[in-house]
Amino acid sequence: MAEQMMQDSLVEYAKVLVAQLESGNAKEAMQTISSLHTQREQVLFQEVGKLTRSLHESIKNFQIDTANSEMKEEMSRMQDASERLSYVIEKTEQAANKTMDMVENTMPVSSDLGDSARQLKDDWDRFLRKEMDASEFRELTRRVGTFLNSATEETSKIDSNLSDIMLAQDFQDLTGQVIKRVIQLVQEVEDNLVSLVSMAGAIDQITGVKHELTDLNAGAKEKDIGPEGPIINPEQREDVVSGQDDVDALLSSLGF
Amino acid sequence: MKILIVDDFSTMRRIIKNLLRDLGFTNTQEADDGSTALPMLKGSDFDFLVTDWNMPGMTGIDLLKAVRADEKLQSLPVLMVTAEAKREQIIEAAQAGVNGYVVKPFTAQALKEKIEKIFERVDA
Repeated sequence: MAEQMMQDSLVEYAKVLVAQLESGNAKEAMQTISSLHTQREQVLFQEVGKLTRSLHESIKNFQIDTANSEMKEEMSRMQDASERLSYVIEKTEQAANKTMDMVENTMPVSSDLGDSARQLKDDWDRFLRKEMDASEFRELTRRVGTFLNSATEETSKIDSNLSDIMLAQDFQDLTGQVIKRVIQLVQEVEDNLVSLVSMAGAIDQITGVKHELTDLNAGAKEKDIGPEGPIINPEQREDVVSGQDDVDALLSSLGF
Repeated sequence: MKILIVDDFSTMRRIIKNLLRDLGFTNTQEADDGSTALPMLKGSDFDFLVTDWNMPGMTGIDLLKAVRADEKLQSLPVLMVTAEAKREQIIEAAQAGVNGYVVKPFTAQALKEKIEKIFERVDA
């Protein structure tokens, strides 16, 4: 609409300008050119103004709305995504440590049980081969009695540790929920960012601003060599190894 | 045999420490990044270094390079235990003089094999 109006008025100015030039009226012709220029600038200002307003709206939308969200309680406890991800690290670390505590606690119990059982088995085999006299056998029955008592106690300790290990995995539910919300948040931010970028692009187009892109490319290249952390999708990537066998093959091809 | 374990996650340090203990290496110390590890290495007589790659502060690859550049530490055996799995990175580590490279997630068996292989070579 505005474009149509601008075009009409341009045509109008052009006609006037031609008429003025043909009648040899140079001074008035210059004034017409100047008005033309002013009008072009006004249109430009209007367009930029509109886009700036939308840009501003987009930036405001960037602040994630917590007031009417169902996550209000969760959000007030953990103000932002990074805090929530720290919570994930904390929970998983607690679970890992608790599990390792229980495993460290259980290993000696089960290996002691194994040791005692092996010793008894050796003596029991001797008894079966009739290599044992009566007094040794009495001693053996006493030890079997002691072993059975302690085995009952120790296995219940192992059971309880195993069930603690099981319970320590409850972090998965909690961290899963938190991570899902962070994913949601990232998607919102991404959507807003895309509209921000297209808005900024439109402003650039109207004002004719051109950006130097070489720095961006350099940054991307540098990132390629730096640490990346665990590869989430190794089967879709050409530049990564898929496991220890691949690493070994690569290293041996380098003469390792 | 004195071993330094460098990783920014305490749980991973603990796992490696436990695995090393099962292999009979009980004398271990820990650091949470390269810049903490380097003075420990320089100030003491470690026989073996196990390091992660991606850490805040000084990364494992920079630690490896610093170790190889140090007159006293240059022949210290270094095992990298890391989630970094790009071919480019493994080649970079090899060129920087790493003695072994284990990608996470790893098995106790893989760690054992690499450590044994490193000591076979060091002893030979």
